[in-house]
Amino acid sequence: MKILVCISNVPDTTTKITFTNDNTEFNTAGVQYIVNPYDEIALSKAIELTEGGKGTVTVINVGEASNDPTIRKALAIGADDAVRVNAVPRDAYFVAKQIAEYAKDKDFNIILTGRESIDYNGNQVAAMVGEFLDIPSISIIKKLDVDGDSATLEREIEGGKEVVTVSGKFVASCAEGVAEPKIPNMRGIMSARTKPLNVVEAVSIEEVTKVTKYETPAPRGQVKLVPADQTEQLISLLHSEAKVI
Amino acid sequence: MSVLVYVEQAEGKFKKSVYEAVSYAKAIADQQSTNLTAISIGNVAEDELKELGKYGASKVLNVSTEQLKTFVNQAYASVIANAAEKESADVVVLSNSFSGKGLAPRIAVKLKAGLADGAVELPTTDGKFAVKKTAFSGKAFAITELTSANKVIALNPNAFGVKENATDATIENFTADVKQSDLGTVIKDIVRATDKVSLPDAELVVSAGRGLKGPENWGMIEELANLLGAATACSKPVSDADWRPHSEHVGQTGISISPNLYIAIGISGAIQHLAGVSSSKVIVVINKDPEAPFFKVADYGIVGDAFEVVPKLIEALKAHKA
Repeated sequence: MKILVCISNVPDTTTKITFTNDNTEFNTAGVQYIVNPYDEIALSKAIELTEGGKGTVTVINVGEASNDPTIRKALAIGADDAVRVNAVPRDAYFVAKQIAEYAKDKDFNIILTGRESIDYNGNQVAAMVGEFLDIPSISIIKKLDVDGDSATLEREIEGGKEVVTVSGKFVASCAEGVAEPKIPNMRGIMSARTKPLNVVEAVSIEEVTKVTKYETPAPRGQVKLVPADQTEQLISLLHSEAKVI
Repeated sequence: MSVLVYVEQAEGKFKKSVYEAVSYAKAIADQQSTNLTAISIGNVAEDELKELGKYGASKVLNVSTEQLKTFVNQAYASVIANAAEKESADVVVLSNSFSGKGLAPRIAVKLKAGLADGAVELPTTDGKFAVKKTAFSGKAFAITELTSANKVIALNPNAFGVKENATDATIENFTADVKQSDLGTVIKDIVRATDKVSLPDAELVVSAGRGLKGPENWGMIEELANLLGAATACSKPVSDADWRPHSEHVGQTGISISPNLYIAIGISGAIQHLAGVSSSKVIVVINKDPEAPFFKVADYGIVGDAFEVVPKLIEALKAHKA
């Protein structure tokens, strides 16, 4: 079994998000980058499925050489090899096209991504890769069982779940619950340095989106504190002032 | 030129988030002085389809093919993209629901369209067609210009509201050829907790954290939620410890929500948690630590022990309802 895991290089979850250049660029000063947490779940699942000589896991990232430490982290967790498509990841459409171009003649059985990246919150790449390759895609899965050439997945839906089966190649985006995130051990960290990280050039495609500006949420006013023994006052404020109940 | 909105049905019914998407799509059609067409796939009764006229759809395409009765991502995307082409729709709108998140990217690729998902406002009309969407898990918004000729927008629930716009909707049957290869996934089972409010599109949410000390103490949280008609949610440590299911985890690595009211009980308010809930319209924090960071971003707060405050809050709510 050959599995491709798409990983995104994102700011650490504790990052305070600010912008520069008249709010047109994300301020990268002092920002620590990590493997997108959902992609880590996808990677952990891929490793689980291929452990004990049952297959190989390749990670792919679309980005510049500054992403290499993040890619090495994925190798340390346990991917066998890595590919970086050398380009600025313009948007999900661009990234998905690059991944599909790389994967189209490589015969991967399964392609996994995280449910979304925690920077642009797209959840677009998995389904777009599926569409470019004309294979099924299942978004936001909570469970994945593989049995030979077919797989059973649990997909999140409003207020519940849907159990889906698929045979042949497919793409899926993973949410929490699919696998426990694996933590790299010392052997993994040592071997990551020598595992292959191949760099390929990007194909050019038309631009479809462009971020023109960023905004941060409006700050809230001072909190109104209600004494702990006067809960009826809170109810009355929520009813007559905030008008939410 | 026209606008097409996909109206997702669940068990033959449309939810509020669908009417929001129709209202939003109608507003875009008005911006462009064109008409709004809706497309429904699955088994929906005519009366329910007619409802869509109330929010501004002048035509409803009804796809009731046997093989499309249940959701198949690939095939649904093909049918919607096909309808967009036949209707010469250059803007396709859908709800940013779980299924919408799987469909929108495929439709975008088929139509070579830019996709704005998690949209929270109407596109700008300064000739740029820029859509405000959530980014950095609620810590920011990205104004995203869709530069392609075709455009796809997935609207966040609870962002735009439902706006009535009485139109007489005509209903047309629509058939599209579906390739066998588009039917690669098969639904084996659907499990839905019918007695609970679904979290992503809930208007009111009651959430609790580690301050509750253990899963056995969630009875009062559920009672409060039931009284309010609210969905229940939790913080990451709680779902990590399996006190509550992962589907209830809101925050940066869980789901992002924007209800009208978010009540956080025994949650300190780490930056990762705030990211997922900061676009809630009103935030109430109940915490025994007056220094909890959550109070800095709350509208209302009670400093006190959850085990004393919540039962009193339930009493007060019962009295208010009576």
